[in-house]
Order: sequence, then C-alpha cells, then structure tokens
Amino acid sequence: MTFWKLFARNRGAVVGLAILILITFMAATAGIFFPKDPFSLAGQSMSPPGENGFLLGSDSLGRDVAAGIAHGAKTSLLIGLLATLVAVCVGIVMGALAGYYGGIIDDLLMRVTEMFQTIPSFIFAILLVAIMKPSIESIVIAIAVVSWPAVARLVRGEFLSLRNREFVQACHTLGMSDIRIMMGEILPNCLSPVIVIGSLMVATAILIESGLAFLGLGDPNIMSWGFQIGAGRTLLRSAWWVCTFPGIAILLTVLAINLVGEGINDALNPRLRERS
Amino acid sequence: MTRLLDITDLHIALPADSQRPYAVQKMELHLEANEILCVVGESGSGKSLTARAVMGLLPKPHVNIAKGSVLFHGEDLTKVSDDRLRQIRGSEISMIFQEPMTALNPVMTIGTQIDEVFRFHDKMPGKERRRRALELLRDVQLPDPEQAIKAYPHELSGGQRQRAMIAMALALDPKILIADEPTTALDVTTQAQVLRLIKEMQAAHGTGVLFITHDFGVVADIADRVAVMQNGLVVETGTTDQVLRTPQHPYTQALIASVPELTPRPARARSPEIVMRVNKLEKTYRSGGGLFGGKGRIVHAANDVTFDLARGETLGIVGESGSGKSTVARCIVRLNDAEAGEILLGDTDLRPLGRAAMRTHRSKIQMVFQDPFASLNPRTRIGKIIAQGPIMYGASPEDAKKRTLDLLDIVGLDPRSYDRFPHEFSGGQRQRIGIARALALEPDILVADEPVSALDVSIQAQILNLLDEIRDRMNLSMIFITHDLRVAAQVCDRIAVMQRGEMIEIGPTSTLFASPKETYTRELLAAVPGKDWFLKGSSAQAPAT
Repeated sequence: MTFWKLFARNRGAVVGLAILILITFMAATAGIFFPKDPFSLAGQSMSPPGENGFLLGSDSLGRDVAAGIAHGAKTSLLIGLLATLVAVCVGIVMGALAGYYGGIIDDLLMRVTEMFQTIPSFIFAILLVAIMKPSIESIVIAIAVVSWPAVARLVRGEFLSLRNREFVQACHTLGMSDIRIMMGEILPNCLSPVIVIGSLMVATAILIESGLAFLGLGDPNIMSWGFQIGAGRTLLRSAWWVCTFPGIAILLTVLAINLVGEGINDALNPRLRERS
Repeated sequence: MTRLLDITDLHIALPADSQRPYAVQKMELHLEANEILCVVGESGSGKSLTARAVMGLLPKPHVNIAKGSVLFHGEDLTKVSDDRLRQIRGSEISMIFQEPMTALNPVMTIGTQIDEVFRFHDKMPGKERRRRALELLRDVQLPDPEQAIKAYPHELSGGQRQRAMIAMALALDPKILIADEPTTALDVTTQAQVLRLIKEMQAAHGTGVLFITHDFGVVADIADRVAVMQNGLVVETGTTDQVLRTPQHPYTQALIASVPELTPRPARARSPEIVMRVNKLEKTYRSGGGLFGGKGRIVHAANDVTFDLARGETLGIVGESGSGKSTVARCIVRLNDAEAGEILLGDTDLRPLGRAAMRTHRSKIQMVFQDPFASLNPRTRIGKIIAQGPIMYGASPEDAKKRTLDLLDIVGLDPRSYDRFPHEFSGGQRQRIGIARALALEPDILVADEPVSALDVSIQAQILNLLDEIRDRMNLSMIFITHDLRVAAQVCDRIAVMQRGEMIEIGPTSTLFASPKETYTRELLAAVPGKDWFLKGSSAQAPAT
C-alpha cells in the first residue's frame, strides 16, 4: 500500500493535514492580504470583530488582530520547523554516536543528555532566552536545546538494537567505515520513529514559542501569537477577541500537527495500528 | 481405538491481501487415542495454523475458520462458546510450543506456572498441587525437581525449559497434546531426549499427539501416522512406513529426496596449498561483575582452537549451541577480537591488526550469514547491496554493475532483481543475494555461518548445491558452520567437532563418521533424528554390514 493510502486510513490525520495546509497558506499569503506591518496602527482601537473594517477586531493600540494572526502564523511555523530541525540533527548525532559505539562514549553522552533532561524544559528555555537576548535565533536555539534529548534517546535505542543486526555486520566484513555504516545503513532504518517524534516536536516547539512570547521574551520586532495573547491579557473582560482568536490559532495548529503526527505514525508503523 | 479428533472439510481464511485466500483448504484429518500423528510441511504450508485452529487460538479477526468442523469427542470446537473452549484447553487438549523461552512467563517460577494450570481447572489444596507438580517434573525427568520448581525460566537450559513445558501441558492428563515444532529450537542431543520423552509420556498416558514438524528425521523417529501438507492442502496421509517407504504424491517424494542423508560425500583430493592457518585461538566472554564487585562469569568460547584450511576444501565446524563454533567464525572474519593466537592468512597474522590495517585484507575473507531476513538491509536495493563492496574497493560504478549482474546470474537470480528491495524475495532467494554479496569481493575464503538452517529442506538442498558449485568454480575455500551433521555430511571435506570452546576432533568426513574417536562425536552422530530410518534406506542398496 502506498504511504498516502496508509495515512488516509486515519481520518483525523487527513483533517489535521487540511488544517495545516490552510494555516501554511495563511502564513504564505500574509503579505498579500495584510500588506501593512501588523504592528502598525490600523484603525480605531478596541473594535469588536466585524466592526470598523476589522475582521477579528483590534487591540488596545488599534492593531489588526487578523493581520497579527496571519503574520504570527509565519513566525510560529518557522520557529517550530527550524527548532525541530536543529533538535533532530543534534539528537541524531548524539544518539547515533552513543548507540553505535556504546561503552564510555555512550555513558558520557547519555549523562550529558540526562543533565539536560533534569531541568524543566520551559524554565530552561526562559533562562536561555533571557541570557541570550530575545531574538528569533535565540528562541530557536533555546527550543532546540531543550528538545534534543528526546530524539537522542530514541535514536540511541534504535542504534543499539540495529548495530548487531546481521546486515550491519555484513558491512563490517566488507570493510565499510563507521560513518558510512551509521549514516548509510543504520540511520535510514530508524528514520520512521524519528520522523514521527519530529512531527510531534513541531507542535511542542510552537507551544514553547508562544509561551515565551506571552511572557514578553519573544523577538520584539516580529508578530507572534503568544505576543498577541500577552498583549490582550489585561483586556480579557473588556475585549475578549484580542486573546481568543490567537488562542484558537495556537490550539488548531498544535492539534493539527499532532493529528498529522499520529497519521504518519500509523502509516510508518502499520502493524502497531492493526494490533490495537 | 477411539477417535479423539475429527477434522472435516476445514477451511481457514486468510486476510484479503494475502498470497492465497485460504491458509488451509479442504482438510480431512483425524487423530486416534494413543497415537502420534505428524503433520509435516514446509514453512507456509498451514501446519501451524491447523494446530491453532484446533486450540481456538487463531489470530482473529484477520484469520478465521471459513468452513468445516473440528470434532473433539463429537463436540464441534469451531462452534463452542469461549467458556467451554477455555475449559477444554489445558485440561482436555493442551499445547507445547516451539520456543520454550517465550512460551513460559519469564517473571514466574516454573512451580507457579504449573500451579496455575491446576488452579484454573481443578479444585485441590495447595499442598496437593505442589505434590502433583513435583511428580510431574520428576516424570519429565528434570534433574532436580525440588530445585526446578523454584527456578525461573531463564535459570533452566533450553531442553529443561521444554521439559517444564511438557510437564505443564500434561498436568491435567489431557486427551490430546498438540506439539508445534517442539524440538526445532533445541540441540540435536537434547532434541533426541525430548522426542524420547514425548513418546514415553504419550505411551504411558495413552494421549493422542498431534505433532507439527518440518523435519522428516523427526517424523521417522516419532510418528505413527503422517500427514504431508503443501500450500494448505493435505497431499498425503498414511502410516509412517507407507509415507516414508513408498511416498505416492510427487511433493512427498521430493521432500523425502531432499532430506540430506547422513552418508558422507565421496572424498576428494586435498590441495597441498594451505590458504589459512589458525593457531591456538583464544576468546573468552566475561559477564556480570561490574561496578560493585560481584563475581563475573567467564566463558571460554574458543580455547586453543587450531586448524588449517587448504585451497578449494570445505571445512565443517559442527557443535551444539554454545560450543563456540560461531565465535570462531566471527573471530576469523574479525567481527570479534580474539585475545590470543594467530590467524594466518598467507603470511600475515590478522589477529592483531587494527581496523584500518585489517581493511586491506577484508576482501579476502567474506561471510554468509544465518538469517536471510536480517542479513540484508531492508532499505537498500539488491544492486547496491551487492555492488557497494566492489565500489568501496575502487571499482567504477559501471564495472561494479556488470559484476553484480554476473553474480546475480551465478547465484541463479533474475537480472531484474537488481532494482528490487529485499522484502520482495523469499528466504532462499535472499540467501542467494547474501552469497552474491560475499562473492562480490572475490574472496579466497568464504565463512558460512549456518547458511541453511533458517531454510526449508527443499531450498536447503538448492543452496548447498549452489555453494558447492561456486566453491569449485571460483576455487574458494570454505568454512561451514553448522549444527546439523546431515548438512555437514553433504558439503564438507573435513569436519571439526567443537564442544565447550574446544575443538575436540578434526578429520576427513568419512573417517569421522565411520570411526569417531571421541564419545561426544559419537553422541552427536547417534542423536541425528531419523538416523535409523534414512540409514536403513541407504543400506538397503548397499550390502548390509
């Protein structure tokens, strides 16, 4: 069966994918539909949705909430993807080295991993951004730093079980170098769980980014959902729309990504699904 | 005789996307009290599913009974309720499985597990249950029943575990015992003992035994009647005598013909050129110990192993599991590092070489692995699997491709295989790919570690022929690791017998078979299943000795 057929067996995943495509479309076309800077004053402040030409209302400074959401989607997706990419790369390298060589290298790398895992991840991320000065790069780095240990552990486990398989030993008898065995032979065989965990990590990354922006630790020059919620927090009772719509955007995106992740999991490990 | 089990017109349906619609078709089979019925067939013939259907253990809902009935004492097991089935299982019909380690619960003692059987089916006081359990363990000839009852499965050896399984299966004196390849995972000498035990227990209790196996040797040793299955159909049934002596169906004839005989191949002249010498090889494994002291266990996997290998000869290394035969093979190809001794390839000692220095010698010694399903990277195309060796040693991609296509032809595979993935091939074909990969570097020595033990007999014979042919064609020397003396007899010029890490006897195959010096070699020879039968067959033509 093709990947798509297996994926489509999970209805939720298809719905998630549709939402995700919509959000991506929104992010891509933000500059066309909302050509103005989302921080700029667009009209009367505190307009409820549908009034004064604001689709989703405006906040206390007269900024367009809809424009903020569209531009914020770009930020969220970008940071989510970038941070995950960095985390997965670091995790794969650490996990592969630890799992393949074992022994002292394994002990050393895993103790380092555990050190990172003992610190509560969100607080650690706050700390890192606060030290580095808030900017897109520092947020990406902070999220990557707190999320790579999970990938490293997963990859290490896969490498441990695969490194003694006969096809790997066959490569040893051919005289293949370690790097080639790791990257060319073992890694392709453990990519599916990595892809699954990676897709779910994007959702977590978006949540962390929103959290940081909510606390005022986002990049001050870039519109973000978390920032919008933070700005509307004090007006929750008088202008509910300022917080609500970005909140729904975060909810939908994270939900959609999780659904897609589940779907990928089902498609890559079809037997797991049949068993249940 | 009372008829215990009557299977009529049984059809077992497979999921829609399988290779064939029914795993078992139109099956007619019956089992009398006090007889052993062997169901023989190759993998995928439906023999195991038949056993599971009787027990009501089919993996529903994917596989289910489409049609037909299984009458047990007149009661149709395909229609009874789950509750009734649960009553029948264990007390009336019980089962032993192939792999006793996975069939026993690893976190419960043997005693508790036998106790469970009693508790679920009978009401009796704890003391009585314990007495019965001890008695059972004594009946299955476990060495120290008092100790065994307290033991966890991992503390027993494979044979002992299978004995414990048998004790459990026989706890409530069932009318039918279903045995699904119960000796396949065991060593030959243990297998012989377990077979004898099953036969004794069956005779003592008058049980009807449905014995599933792929090995005609085992059939000859144990069966009263035989049913041969092919692709879900019972192609032949009859008494053991009938089926083994005068097989009617061509498939049965082919199967029996491909059972390797224990008669050694004719001796060939040995080349004076020695390609490899192994001197006093030592390898020990240490386990336990660790950070907080404690005594580690030291196992001598190879102890003072010495042999040489002439050009063009096949040296068999035989022994039971744990004898160190695989360790020796892995030390020679340098997958493991030996601690002492010499591995002389020509004039170079390979043992102390580092990885980089070893790389230049790698191509001279290549290995064929045991499990054709694990030895090929599932994500790599066949062409690349075979060609990557030559490319690594500097061949141009065009040359490598040409060589790969030649090799595919030599091992008898279609050139179109080049662009396919391993999962598109059967076990035998995959083993051919593994052989082609090993040959791609034009080695002088081929080390084959149990290359046919995961394959069906008919395919075994083909692969053995292929290895023979290749050895002659390329003038290779071969080290052939096997636990099966019948296979060794077919391909080896000389045989070395290993026991507990030591090479206790080495000599030309015919000499070793005719006059074994060591007791252990004699035991091994005596334990070969179906030995009497298949020797009788060959001595019928030769003058009796």
